[in-house]
Amino acid sequence: MIDPVIASRLQFAVTTIVHIIFPVMSMGLAPFLIYFTWKDIRTGEPIYEQLRRFWTKIFAISFVVGTVTGIVLEFEFGTNFAAFSTAAGELFGGPLAVEGMMAFMLEATFLGVFVFGRDRVGDKLYFVSSIAVGLGTWLSAVWILIANSWMQTPRGYELATENGQTIVHLVDPMAAYFNPRFSYMFVHMQNAAVESVALFMAGVGAYYVFRHHVWGYPVENPQFWEATLKIGLIALLITAPLQVLHGDMYGRHVAETQPQKFAAMEAVWETESYVPEYIVAVPTSVDGFTDPRAKELFGIGIPGGASWLASGGDPTAEIRGLNSFETEAPPVAIVFWAFRAMVGLGFWFILLAFWGGYRWYKGQLLEDGLLHKALMGSSLLGILAVELGWIVTEVGRQPWVIQGVMRTSEGVSPGLTGTEATITLVGFVGVYTALLGLYTYVIWRIIRNGPPSRDELRSVQADTLTSEPGPTPSQPTPDGVDDD
Amino acid sequence: MGLTMTSVDSLAAGPLFGLPLPELWFGLIFTMLATFLFLDGFDFGAGAIFALLETDDERETVLAAIGPFWDGNEVWLVVFGGALFAAFPPAYAGLFSRHYLLMFGILGALILRGLAPEMYEQRHDKAWQRWWGRAFVAGSVLAPFLLGAFAGNWLVGSGRSLTLVGLVVGVTVTLLTVVSGAAFLQLKGSERLPEAVTTYGTAATVGYLLAVVVTLAVLAMRLPGGLGALLDPAIVALVLASIGLAAGYVVALRREQSLYALGAAAVLTYGLVAVVAILMYPAIDPATEATVRDTIVSTLPLNLMTIGASLLLPLVAIYFVVLYSAFSGPISPEEAY
Ligand code: HDD
Ligand code: HEM
Ligand code: HEM
Repeated sequence: MIDPVIASRLQFAVTTIVHIIFPVMSMGLAPFLIYFTWKDIRTGEPIYEQLRRFWTKIFAISFVVGTVTGIVLEFEFGTNFAAFSTAAGELFGGPLAVEGMMAFMLEATFLGVFVFGRDRVGDKLYFVSSIAVGLGTWLSAVWILIANSWMQTPRGYELATENGQTIVHLVDPMAAYFNPRFSYMFVHMQNAAVESVALFMAGVGAYYVFRHHVWGYPVENPQFWEATLKIGLIALLITAPLQVLHGDMYGRHVAETQPQKFAAMEAVWETESYVPEYIVAVPTSVDGFTDPRAKELFGIGIPGGASWLASGGDPTAEIRGLNSFETEAPPVAIVFWAFRAMVGLGFWFILLAFWGGYRWYKGQLLEDGLLHKALMGSSLLGILAVELGWIVTEVGRQPWVIQGVMRTSEGVSPGLTGTEATITLVGFVGVYTALLGLYTYVIWRIIRNGPPSRDELRSVQADTLTSEPGPTPSQPTPDGVDDD
Repeated sequence: MGLTMTSVDSLAAGPLFGLPLPELWFGLIFTMLATFLFLDGFDFGAGAIFALLETDDERETVLAAIGPFWDGNEVWLVVFGGALFAAFPPAYAGLFSRHYLLMFGILGALILRGLAPEMYEQRHDKAWQRWWGRAFVAGSVLAPFLLGAFAGNWLVGSGRSLTLVGLVVGVTVTLLTVVSGAAFLQLKGSERLPEAVTTYGTAATVGYLLAVVVTLAVLAMRLPGGLGALLDPAIVALVLASIGLAAGYVVALRREQSLYALGAAAVLTYGLVAVVAILMYPAIDPATEATVRDTIVSTLPLNLMTIGASLLLPLVAIYFVVLYSAFSGPISPEEAY
């Protein structure tokens, strides 16, 4: 049996790493869906109805899986981290409760209207429901990130000892909720979500455009896929540079507020100045992969880059080494490599965006097969970058569960046995593997089946059946094209 | 904008308007639990009745009937958990960690129940739909059963996952969801569903009353207060009222006054949860004998949450009114996007 502390940490890692995929999809899709709905209602052009309906399908399934995996997380604070929940309930429980009442209620109720209600409600209410759903997904990020950022940079609290237990009391709600980390996290996370969805859209669009224009296969609705590719590309052109610019500011902020984490991100063991930032790093020995040390790396580095990042522009600035902290270092290898990979992906996305933008400008967007392949291959890398970023954030703050206040090992439920924790850990690994498989399968089918065909559309029927106003007659389900 | 330091100080000084906030939050938390058990309850009940239906059209009708609603309904569980965490952190932490495997059982059942309808709709081959249909039924029956078991264990302060009280309360809650589910399906499915749904509703009601009697008998043995605790006038009144309501439910269901039947099922659900709350009070975690006042958070966060909840819950009520009125009347399987 695994030790309950390790098992709980692993289980939390597995369950959040899976959960975050679905919020990224739904938060990232939200602005696109609002736009499609608006254009559909205003212009009545079939392409917008197709876009709205196709992406709503993907949104809906992501949302359902997001719900079932999200409830798991909320329960886990109580089941696995009871000591942490008791100690930090005042600061932590409040945002979660408000998240439920303010955000989840809004999105879950209006989602019903948005997904099932097109023929039941008027245009106005339908548009309002698209906004309500989108707003709901973004508000849930606000509250969950308040909770998380407070663990990174705790403020507005006082410690007291009650019945031999340390309790964190809320004394200044504004300082606690709008702690220094919150705004960085929110901006970086939400932009990442939109960027990830932009990559996904561009990749899916590129797949069909490639088949159609490069391979010359007949494809249904080619304009739909071209539009998808272009919309994804535009969104990528906006979000990719922003993400890197913002990431740079974020890095500086982490260096100031969590110097130990920053040292782990850069694998700096001894305090020194003029530390380079390796974009491509190759350890000089095999050990260097599992135990990277800034001194022993060989690679393409920006001289003084890490110092520059930490200080906001001074390449000679000093970075405190891991050996100068009293607490043991977090698992440096994980943090170091995850950070490198995220940053590398960030630059790759910019390159991809400019490449696509340039081809488009030259009028060659639909013909460049290599570009299409690159976009297809990158369609899931946005989500990968999000996972990596979270791993940096969460593994990097170890051994603390609340930075400087409570250690992770003190947060685990006291009564939890290794057997129980192992059973559920193994269960989750199995169930979530199946869940991911099913989700992938469903998304793949939705993509393969494509958007509803033209004669299934409301907008088209409204033209041909002008004599019959009101709800459209019932239609065979879009799955009519099934082959099984 | 924002809270100035003086307003924070006054919020920390004492309970808002001198209200008995710990007791109000105790009541609110059980109200949230009851709302969940009623709203998601009819989804669960519909899932149980799904097992008894035969044709594709009937089954699709059940899925269409709960389609727009279940996600919103399920959020009441999230809100219940969140509010318990926020208002009584030690009780939340103690209960959830003590019933570790049970909690994950509930989560597993909810995952099945949520995922199955989505999967069921994906493909139209028989084997696929048979298996996802079974998963849907299993999730719909197990979720209320395990949740009831949790409530039973909570009430008698048991530390184990499997207990006699848990078993009987689990069965009681499951039957109650079938009672609600039958009324809901009669309302939303109309002619597409067989007459037998009425029979299932009636049978479940009889079963529910029997289960309540057995539960009370078991509780009389297990509760520290024994039979005396059950003879509290409020409890006696609730039990008697339940019998009356159950009779009213059956009459309404037979006359196809589905909305009345559903209303009766709602009151039955709130009544059952009220019995649990009354028996528990003033403790909130009988296993440790921790009371409502022992475990409540300190004044400042409590006041903030009270303000937050009084602003947000009325909005939530509006969302539900919009949702349910957009989908008033029967729902057909063809409706989507
Ligand atoms: C599309 C995804 C994506 C991309 C391309 C980037 N990031 Fe990022 N990053 C995330 C997605 C992300 C995230 C959403 O996963 C995180 C985790 C927590 C958070 O707030 O955002 C994150 C966290 C995160 C952190 C904070 C770690 C902490 O809180 O301890 C830093 C310093 C950076 N990023 C810096 C960068 C830099 C310098 C980038 C590019 C040059 C970059 N990120 C690209
Ligand atoms: C969804 C994106 C997230 C991912 C991928 C993620 C990932 C992780 C990982 C990998 C760990 C294990 C770290 C370790 O033990 O070495 C962890 C722990 C933890 N995370 Fe997150 N996390 C996410 C968001 C959050 C949020 C929003 C919160 C709080 C509101 C949170 C709270 C915690 C807690 C309490 C632990 C357990 C204690 C610990 O091990 O430090 N996480 N998370
Ligand atoms: C580790 C801590 C986390 C917890 C406890 C948590 C909790 C939950 C819960 C309970 C739900 C289900 C709500 C429902 O019934 O509709 C949910 C869904 C959701 N969560 Fe999380 N979550 C966590 C991490 C995150 C993070 C880091 C984000 C993004 C910043 C996020 C964003 C969302 C969104 C947008 C949804 C709506 C469902 C969806 O769109 O897929 N969550 N979460």
